[in-house]
Amino acid sequence: MVQLEEYIPIVGQSTVDELRMLARHLEGKQVQNINSTAVGGGVAEILSRMIPLLNQLGVQARWDVIKGDEKFFVITKKFHNGLHGVPVTVSDDEYEWFLQVNRDNAQVLQSAGLVFVHDPQPVALIDQDKHEGRKWMWRCHIDFSRPDRKIWSFLEQYIKRYDVAVFSAPAFARSLPIPQVLIAPSIDPLSDKNKELPESYIDSVFERFHIDRSLPVVTQISRFDYLKDPLGVIKAYKLVKKHLDVQLVLAGGGATDDPEGPAIMKQVEDEAAGDKNIFSLFLPPGSDLEINALQRGSTVVLQKSLKEGFGLTVSEALWKGRPTIASAVGGIPLQIAHKYSGILTHSVEGTAYWIKQMINEPEYARKLGLNGREHIKNNFLITRHIRDYLLLFISLFHQGDVVSL
Amino acid sequence: MDEFYFHTKLDQSILLGIKARNLSELLAGVQGVPESSIYYHTHRYLRQHHFLSPEPPNDFAYWITDVLNEGSLAERISSVDIIQFHTLEELRNVFVDILQSHMDSTERMPSAPAGQEFHFMAARTFVLRTPYVAHSLQDFVESLKLISHGSLYYHIFEAKLRLEKGENDFSRWFRDLGKMELADMVARLDPYTYTLEGLRSMIIQLVQVHGTA
Repeated sequence: MVQLEEYIPIVGQSTVDELRMLARHLEGKQVQNINSTAVGGGVAEILSRMIPLLNQLGVQARWDVIKGDEKFFVITKKFHNGLHGVPVTVSDDEYEWFLQVNRDNAQVLQSAGLVFVHDPQPVALIDQDKHEGRKWMWRCHIDFSRPDRKIWSFLEQYIKRYDVAVFSAPAFARSLPIPQVLIAPSIDPLSDKNKELPESYIDSVFERFHIDRSLPVVTQISRFDYLKDPLGVIKAYKLVKKHLDVQLVLAGGGATDDPEGPAIMKQVEDEAAGDKNIFSLFLPPGSDLEINALQRGSTVVLQKSLKEGFGLTVSEALWKGRPTIASAVGGIPLQIAHKYSGILTHSVEGTAYWIKQMINEPEYARKLGLNGREHIKNNFLITRHIRDYLLLFISLFHQGDVVSL
Repeated sequence: MDEFYFHTKLDQSILLGIKARNLSELLAGVQGVPESSIYYHTHRYLRQHHFLSPEPPNDFAYWITDVLNEGSLAERISSVDIIQFHTLEELRNVFVDILQSHMDSTERMPSAPAGQEFHFMAARTFVLRTPYVAHSLQDFVESLKLISHGSLYYHIFEAKLRLEKGENDFSRWFRDLGKMELADMVARLDPYTYTLEGLRSMIIQLVQVHGTA
């Protein structure tokens, strides 16, 4: 298990000391996290790393998972799609089943003093709370900028009974009668995806994929998904190629549960056909070290998404000091201040222009990368995430804009 | 001699659920949001990008430049000399005046594309006492080398403008010690034009050179 002390060489003693000082204000408090899956997905990943660290700080944190049948998860998948703006129809019977499953879970879950509910699936647990004085927090991890109206008004009747709602990006905030707090997600600098790697290992990964490190390498790491715009990335590469010898790496997992996935993969392969400098790498699950090496060995990293929840691949690239060009969507503008810690673009042509700038002006690119790494160190590592959670828990017991603890 | 207790502060970012798509909505927001929001949008970059020099502008100027492409207005907003204000209300009024006079001078009303609206937020601040205490100027320098950015930030920026103490905490303590020249020199610094590390080094240097005078 990772120890809190292992972060000191990365974030400094004073950052870890501040976490300890904050945690002392939560002595005797129990925090219960509740979500709907123990494995897979970003929420489970962050909770599995966060809970042991909170306990090391002396906060009694635990994690419970609600149980539901297939029908329940079909309904919550509809909620998920509808909240992302996809047209869906949820019947009255389905709303009722959603509530019934929440009621059943409320019967068996032993709630702590602080209840931290993640995402919409367990949101209605609060309906069964008969214990006065218990504090309820609701954390939304998904893009909430244009939700389906009917689903939103159904969920809102429960959300507004919480003590606080937490969102990942400013655009996801709603008009609500309860306080709303911004807590961005984070990356773990000690995980396989982000830890330091020996240069020899990075070389070996590039050799395995036959990528030439003596030529510039432009890389996008993401699923083969329409919203990640791999075809736009290839168009930008082709504009750059008119002037520079460059290689393009598109690496990520196949989106097998996405009906559009195979069509996108086929289009990428067609577009890349005959160009030996385009590398489409379909990586299996568990390829974190390879992804880490590809990011570290790249000249420029792209994230040319059309839509993003948060886009943590940007933080991953910046943490490795890579000059990064990304679309100004979702949480990406929080991670990049344009021309200071990276480049924000809005088009294929803009992306191509900045790729050329980065390759032709390596000193400017290096400075952007250094600034980017520093920005991620201060704002998007797991230690900042823990600090925000501790502040969230403490804030439930205080009033006012400036609080002396 | 009185001790100096170093404190630190940690901010929670509050989402106000108010957004602006154009200058008119930005003006309405600036007029109506709580002071803690004006503070947030004029100081966020300092905390999040404190290693950068030159410092990026405040959130209002950044959005006006990069989303609305109104360069001359952005320059006026970004060059507001925050150090000369003693209250957030005064600072708010300056932004209101600049936005209002710009809108009076032009018919143009550019709009932000969907997804790039300005989102008003606010800072909720939690103050903690650190283990660092100075009994002398020598102690002070040793502690100043070790305190976090949050601590330095609290005593310099937060104390003067948000807590309306008139000047930064360090200068007030130096005055209590009778070190008037040192107090004046630290008070005269424009902290908004340094990185936090640069500011730390400058204050240490001033104490070492002028503290014994």
